[in-house]
Amino acid sequence: MVAMNMIQALRSAMDVMLERDPDVLVFGEDVGFFGGVFRCTEGLQQKYGKRRVFDSPIAEAGIIATAVGMGAYGLRPVVEIQFADYIYPATDQLISEAARLRYRSGGEFTAPLTVRSPYGGGIFGGQTHSQSPEAIFTHVAGLKTVIPSTPYDAKGLLIAAIEDDDPVIFFEPKRIYNGPFDGHHDRPVTPWAKHPASEVPEGYYRIDLGKAAIVRPGDAVTLLAYGTMVHVALAAAEEAGVDAEVIDLRTLNPLDIETIVASVRKTGRCVIVHEATRTGGFGGELSALVQEHCFHHLEAPIARVTGWDTPYPHAFEWEYFPGPKRVAEALRQAMEA
Amino acid sequence: MKNELPLELHIPEPKLRPGDAPDFSDMKLPAAGSAPRPDTHAQARDTHHLVYDLIRVLDDDGKAVGPWNPKLDPETLKRGLRYMLLTRAYDDRMQRAQRTGKTSFYMTCTGEEAVAVAQAMALDRGDMCFPTYRQQGLLIARDWSLVDMMCQIYSNSRDRLKGRQLPVMYSSKEAGFFSISGNLGTQFPQAVGWAMASAYKGDRHIAAAWIGDGSTSEGDFHHALTFGAVYRAPVLLNIVNNQWAISSFQGFAGGELTTFAARAVGFGLPGLRVDGNDFLAVYAATQWAAERARANLGPTVIELFTYRASAHSTSDDPDRYRPAGEGKCWPLGDPVERLKRHLTGLGVWSDAEHDAQILELTEIVRTAGKEAESYGTLGTGPTVSASTMFDDVFKEMPWHLRQQRQQLGI
Repeated sequence: MVAMNMIQALRSAMDVMLERDPDVLVFGEDVGFFGGVFRCTEGLQQKYGKRRVFDSPIAEAGIIATAVGMGAYGLRPVVEIQFADYIYPATDQLISEAARLRYRSGGEFTAPLTVRSPYGGGIFGGQTHSQSPEAIFTHVAGLKTVIPSTPYDAKGLLIAAIEDDDPVIFFEPKRIYNGPFDGHHDRPVTPWAKHPASEVPEGYYRIDLGKAAIVRPGDAVTLLAYGTMVHVALAAAEEAGVDAEVIDLRTLNPLDIETIVASVRKTGRCVIVHEATRTGGFGGELSALVQEHCFHHLEAPIARVTGWDTPYPHAFEWEYFPGPKRVAEALRQAMEA
Repeated sequence: MKNELPLELHIPEPKLRPGDAPDFSDMKLPAAGSAPRPDTHAQARDTHHLVYDLIRVLDDDGKAVGPWNPKLDPETLKRGLRYMLLTRAYDDRMQRAQRTGKTSFYMTCTGEEAVAVAQAMALDRGDMCFPTYRQQGLLIARDWSLVDMMCQIYSNSRDRLKGRQLPVMYSSKEAGFFSISGNLGTQFPQAVGWAMASAYKGDRHIAAAWIGDGSTSEGDFHHALTFGAVYRAPVLLNIVNNQWAISSFQGFAGGELTTFAARAVGFGLPGLRVDGNDFLAVYAATQWAAERARANLGPTVIELFTYRASAHSTSDDPDRYRPAGEGKCWPLGDPVERLKRHLTGLGVWSDAEHDAQILELTEIVRTAGKEAESYGTLGTGPTVSASTMFDDVFKEMPWHLRQQRQQLGI
């Protein structure tokens, strides 16, 4: 075990898979010689050669399309979309092609690609470097969507994603690449080294997709979160003095419904948090599922704490970002209802 | 300087519309045999004069002339003719099957048979094809089962695609035929990715992709040429310019100002503009590009200049937007008739043999049709079980799909 931040853990996952499987390739904008704008692929081209780790043209649709073709051949491409905000040109290739290839070919052709992409806010990235578009992809039949919240999970989930025979969208919460962030932007940044989940095995291990993690057991209210918001949720529970059970979803699709339902049936209350805009967000799906499965156990309305339904405003990062104060307030209201 | 004239917006308009007599008199056609044939190892720029030329082998008398003559033996030529005639007979039966309510939709490739058939024959069987919906000739020239193709069109109990795909959106890994998408152009950069993978693995197989003139406007076309050029992928990038994208003439894809083959120039790729109704020219150009790709010299852009002689699909009526009978006046003729004339001229084929073969192939298609229909037709069944609609969304079915399958109650 060594202490790794999330960048190192992700790199270690790709390193392990490049080593284990000659059919794994890594490519994307600036990922080769330079090692990626967030350094996630640093050193991999030097180690595995430019045949296996290389730069691509600035064309997200072309990156995904060629990965689909490689997948059809039998390779396992791992591609980087430099920011989730840049993924939209590739949506036709993801939604109409990668996601449906197994289905429309009766299982003859598959697209076992992994699409890594930094997402989310908290870095003053403005509207084109801060978005959380996960709900666009959770809505698509045939795509899996994964979002880690710690270095340990990031590595185990990325290895599972690369080994998965279906296309996986792997969103990396870039605000917590270097350290956990509880939403208190005015406090000093904590490095991952002080967090227990920065202890990461150097070799191979996997965390199966579709399994949530209870990161804080509790009895009073269920708090559903993923990515950066897991850390915000933990801080909010402490600050509100509420014995919340915090569940890190880790995989959004397929969802670990059993863990969620067992928790809400126990607590009778549910608060859902995400950075993404509210309307049509994944919180709406979670809310509907909790209602369908736990209606008779609910003692309070299900609450959502989300980004506002606006583009991500550069100068108003912290008014937009659903920080611990808003989450704590939602917890208190859930308890009072 | 002051602009004295008000600005004007140009909206392309074909020269002729319904009610006008077909007229191709302003089409400049270089003589058959006049286009030079560069060495397959030539620099891309040394091919660029060919993007404004037209590679033709069969002249007006049906003789094979010039440096592009692939000098195929009569047996190969007769096989090519047979596959084209089989494609035509197949189209004829399936078109009628749609008209009589046995399926919802069909698309013929009338007038374009030489494109898929000659290209399939010039490629190796292991080369991977990324077609559009109008290259059924690839499957036919690879001796794929007509019954299997028809079962897809009928979405019946033997449909390997389990009733999930619109008719003609075939898929056959075994035949090296990639699953067809209705979203146009997506296959073009995918073929480049497949070719990159083949090169990465040190394989021997190359890829070939097809796209229509209309769909070259899509971003995916641009991505294919960029990635193909950047990584020198072993792939043939074929543009089938059949003049019409449903009702939009090729002017709406930029064809008024240049040729489609000329798209190659800006990417530094070799480009060939070929008479798509000339079996020998199509074969020779494909062979040239395949040889280059196999020699690690990267992609070639090929424009196959042809005419969509029939409707876009069974949902289309071309008489509403173009002059009736234009296809019959196409200056480059009909690919079947031209190859037949060539073979007759060689003394290895006759009208009687031709007519007998049409009867034989019609009977083969009829027999296949009867068998396919015995497995069901769309609307009357039988189909595969509807519960299979939840299969293959993922490799393993997640809980929510199992639950939804139970809710369907099958």
